[in-house]
Amino acid sequence: MSLQFNNEQMTEFKSLVARYPEGKQKSALLPVLHLAQDSFGGWLPTEAMDYVASLLEIEPIEVYEVATFYSMYNLKPVGKFVFEVCQTGPCMISGSENIIAYIQKQLDIKPGETTKDGMFTLKLVECLGACGYAPMMQVGKIYREHLTKEKVDAIIAEYRMQVVALN
Amino acid sequence: MGVKLLLEKANVPGIRTYDVYRREGGYAAAEKALKEMSIEAIVEEVKKSGLRGRGGAGFPAGMKWSFIAKPEGVPRHLVCNADESEPGTFKDRYLMEFLPHLLIEGLLISSYALGSNDTYIYIRGEYAWVATILEDAIVEATKNGWLGKNILGTGFDCMVHVHRGAGAYICGEETALIESLEGKRGNPRIKPPFPAIQGLWMRPTVVNNVETLAAVVPIIKMGGEEYAKIGVGRSTGTKLISACGNINKPGVYEIDMTISVEDFIYSDEYCGGIAGGKKLKACIPGGSSVPILPANLLLKTAKGETRYMNYESLSDGGFATGSMMGSGGFIILDEDQCIVKNTLTLARFYRHESCGQCSPCREGTGWMEKILQKIELGKGESSDIDLLWDIQRKIEGNTICPLGDAAAWPVAAAIRHFRDEFEWHINNRELSQTSNFGLQHYADPIHVPA
Repeated sequence: MSLQFNNEQMTEFKSLVARYPEGKQKSALLPVLHLAQDSFGGWLPTEAMDYVASLLEIEPIEVYEVATFYSMYNLKPVGKFVFEVCQTGPCMISGSENIIAYIQKQLDIKPGETTKDGMFTLKLVECLGACGYAPMMQVGKIYREHLTKEKVDAIIAEYRMQVVALN
Repeated sequence: MGVKLLLEKANVPGIRTYDVYRREGGYAAAEKALKEMSIEAIVEEVKKSGLRGRGGAGFPAGMKWSFIAKPEGVPRHLVCNADESEPGTFKDRYLMEFLPHLLIEGLLISSYALGSNDTYIYIRGEYAWVATILEDAIVEATKNGWLGKNILGTGFDCMVHVHRGAGAYICGEETALIESLEGKRGNPRIKPPFPAIQGLWMRPTVVNNVETLAAVVPIIKMGGEEYAKIGVGRSTGTKLISACGNINKPGVYEIDMTISVEDFIYSDEYCGGIAGGKKLKACIPGGSSVPILPANLLLKTAKGETRYMNYESLSDGGFATGSMMGSGGFIILDEDQCIVKNTLTLARFYRHESCGQCSPCREGTGWMEKILQKIELGKGESSDIDLLWDIQRKIEGNTICPLGDAAAWPVAAAIRHFRDEFEWHINNRELSQTSNFGLQHYADPIHVPA
């Protein structure tokens, strides 16, 4: 098996499992899948799920049924930055549709697609609990709130700069 | 200014850290509970306080605690429900983000009262940074002797663990949450057995909302009777309201439940009025699943009396002319909002979040979304309204968990109060694509028979 946690990730894995009583290590499945997704390029190939199953000593099907149930797990490759824009009621009445249309135009992709350079994926999601700070989107582990067209431009530029700086 | 019991210190610089929280009087209630009070006395204070579950159902917290089974040799667990996912609701996030130690202190007292040595915070996966804030607070609390072994020399051990979900509204339902905490899909369990008897890992478990557990701190500090004096009737204490939509000042507010809905919307201390000077059209006062009310029924009850921000007054008139306090997710719609479209986004939400276990919900939510989409796109037929009504009725009450009801109610209430807006969409297919039904009569004074 080629996919494996490195030492640091393995330490994190062990600390996650230690939160639950002995013999109840399956309880760590959700947090461990987050760790796997973060560790293996932002999505969960079957190989990653099988690896998690072997670590937790459970059947692979027990991992698949969980990974397919929860919306935060990506079962397909995604861009470096995933724009998860909320489209539920409170965001809609605060103008999320215009923001979604604007992001589509600026990135030239439709919801569910990734830009050709592999930088951005656009995903439409349901309520993220930021209704008072709408419109909003989640990018990685943070929320970008009170979105305007100008803010969207600045955010896209910010992430492009980040990549340039890393290279 | 109203009474503030939870957010009083939210603006103190550095209150997120242990040192500042402690300096501001934090952990005094925990000290009092663990050192001076018996377990029975703590439960008694919570009962006397009249505290009702702040997650949405409003079930008396003290009574819920008293149901927990105590079989010999079986560990018990307290689980904090921080899965906050009801559209319009973002109060728990605020509380955890700014006052993490208030929650930890509430968890400690409650864990002690329930005998939970391993307590879990199930937080929605998207609140990743909030989970980090909580984990940092747990480390601080442990370092300072408030968590861990033999707390304050009482012999009581307690550890709090953060468990991140992964994006599923259904996990806010307590048995789905427990399944998810066991590493499974969030499919609600059939009750009975109730979690108090067989919950997490089939052990006796109490699941309480974040705000409920935080409220235990002021209750212990001031005593249940004093707490119960705040508010009115069975709406005791304070409630966090997350206000959003078309208002000037969206945000999280702590209210004592004596304020009128009108004052809450228009006073500068709270929502600050409707944004852009527009008129109020409708409101969903307690999170997306509670019935939407037109402006006239929101501000006054059907009897013409002032409506207040509390459990009893918001539900005055039942579903025919009232709504619910729910989770405190207060969504305001101005005169330019389209009720059909708003209902469609909520129907889509519930279709997306249905776990798929029960046919009425799995199939019904999909049908409701499709029909609403059809009406919204100017392809509706007059029979569609009755069809929608029929579907929602067949979902309500026919599912294992309350998500079915939660999906049915918004559709039912939208048709009940805004039927003419739906009819207008169907009868004006082209016009409805370019313009809006508007305010119409929805803010008109209601006719009150003498």
